Amino acid sequence: MTDPFAIPDATSIKVTGLTRRFGDFEAVRGVSFEVAAGETFGFLGPNGAGKSTTISMLCTLLRPTSGSAQVAGYDVADAPAEVRRRIGLVFQDTTLDDYLTAGENLRFHAELYGVPHTEAARRIHDVLSMVGLWERRDGLVRTFSGGMKRRLEIARGLIHSPRVLFLDEPTIGLDPQTRAHIWSYINELRCREQITMFLTTHYMDEAENCDRIAIIDEGEIVASGTPEALKARVGEDRVQLHTDDDEAAMAALTDRFKLKATMSEGAVTFHVPGGEQFVPRLFTELGVGISSVSIARPTLDDVFMAHTGRTIRDAEASVADRNATSSWRRARARRR
Amino acid sequence: MSGADQGASADQAPASSTVAPSVASTASLPPRAAPAAVRVASGGWRHDVTGATVVWRRELIRFSRNRLRILTSLAQPILFLFVLGTGMSSLISRGATSGGANFKTFIFPGVVAMTVLFTATFSAVSIVWDREFGFLREMLVAPVRRGALIAGKCAGGATVATLQALIMLAFAGLVGVPYSAVLIFTLIGEMLLAAVAITALGTALASRIAQVESFQVVLQFVVLPLFFLSGALFPLHGLPTWLSVLTRLDPLAYMVDPMRRAVFEHVTKTPVVSQLFGGTMTWGSWHLPIGVELALTAVFAALMLTVAVREFSKTD
Repeated sequence: MTDPFAIPDATSIKVTGLTRRFGDFEAVRGVSFEVAAGETFGFLGPNGAGKSTTISMLCTLLRPTSGSAQVAGYDVADAPAEVRRRIGLVFQDTTLDDYLTAGENLRFHAELYGVPHTEAARRIHDVLSMVGLWERRDGLVRTFSGGMKRRLEIARGLIHSPRVLFLDEPTIGLDPQTRAHIWSYINELRCREQITMFLTTHYMDEAENCDRIAIIDEGEIVASGTPEALKARVGEDRVQLHTDDDEAAMAALTDRFKLKATMSEGAVTFHVPGGEQFVPRLFTELGVGISSVSIARPTLDDVFMAHTGRTIRDAEASVADRNATSSWRRARARRR
Repeated sequence: MSGADQGASADQAPASSTVAPSVASTASLPPRAAPAAVRVASGGWRHDVTGATVVWRRELIRFSRNRLRILTSLAQPILFLFVLGTGMSSLISRGATSGGANFKTFIFPGVVAMTVLFTATFSAVSIVWDREFGFLREMLVAPVRRGALIAGKCAGGATVATLQALIMLAFAGLVGVPYSAVLIFTLIGEMLLAAVAITALGTALASRIAQVESFQVVLQFVVLPLFFLSGALFPLHGLPTWLSVLTRLDPLAYMVDPMRRAVFEHVTKTPVVSQLFGGTMTWGSWHLPIGVELALTAVFAALMLTVAVREFSKTD
């Protein structure tokens, strides 16, 4: 940052022991973390892990059951209005007015946030151009595709030049190409606007784009750091096997190699340092027919697995029936 | 806009308060300017007025874009006025009237009130759609007081309902009601007040409705009873006690009656018609003055507004 008066190490978001309960269900359990000004911070976890609940509390839409959170210098419980003035939000579900044009949606937002008229016109031009929708400014939003709507929402979140931009699953329900587009906008944004970004995602590859991430599972942060540091900490390669007899193979791995294997994504999965050197030994010493082997360098998925004992996809499968209502809502969001 | 400057200065508060003593002594330093791109909305009532205006304008844009809704909302009142009205007129005229005011003239203000009722309710309950499609969240998270949003919503609903009812008012000549300026302005004023009250009621209801499907419940158990008990379609005197009591509990009755009295002041009517249809709202033997009826409506509107604002100001 070039701002000579910027406070070094300014904290943009400071969360201490944040907890939210819905009846008996504890969606967020004593979460603590800090996000520095200008940083892009990712919340990574399966659906139902408590990501959206956390974001809702940080945006003052939900009251914390206990704990505290400061956003842009203000407490979310004590000064929600001050917080709201300084944040931009891109929700998981679309929150545009279908009957208004793209330009009208943005003007509406600019006025609600008190952006002066002349400045609003300039900002609308800037943000719409950035997301490639300037030509479509007079088009009714109902005629837009899912990707266009999401881009418009990102543009809208920026109109009032917020200090902190919250993006809740910014790419959910979009095809891979559009996802890549959205990320190029987000990355451009990091360069152009001096803005702190807090985003949630359950896509591992997207979390790699963040400066720092926190992995959240069942309402608790299980690990946090830069993506590189987290992966380095895991260190081991992931090996997945398809065998003639998975039970026997898992038993053999434990007996002969002292390796703990689990079934994941339909394959015998284990972690071992130097996977490539290890695999030839497997064929001679395992004693079970192997039909295919795959080795992977550690990814954030492995980080997640190392901390929770399951892959993020498996975690989502088990969460799916835990919260019928919200999974229905997500299914609906995906369909759009 | 001076509001922006206020906001910018307010924004420095957290930064300067943490280092307050040193900043005070190093006054030679230029004040810390917010980064060029960053701006913060101002608070204050001016911004709340802007917020309310924005919500109001959105309501008008949506109304004008939805021509089909304007047309379909006319169908029902027209059926009541010209089909039911003509049918009942010919039945009643056998016994009484000849020329001048008739049953159609009688239900005309009722049908206008009905238009206000349905349009205003629909407008208010669109909050439930906004919630379903997420737009409500966009408004609720904005740095505008909830009261301002509700005020804008009610003003919008009231404007739209009054505009829709104005279209019905255009049919006045066909049912023997003169296009008198005094009458029309009186009716517009009364329509606006009624529309505000009903939108406020609808907004208060919408705050408790989570699903779009529940709109049917509101329609069947709130809107239709309000309409049937309001005296829009039949005179409220000489009723059995149970019905008489229920009609007096209906807030809409106090909106229909002033409109009807205004209309009846401006039409020629036979003594029989006056006796049949010319009665006014009574409590026991007391004939309520129009002022009292309008005041009751205003109080009802204020009450519903308070409920709506309180409900929407709650944070989960």
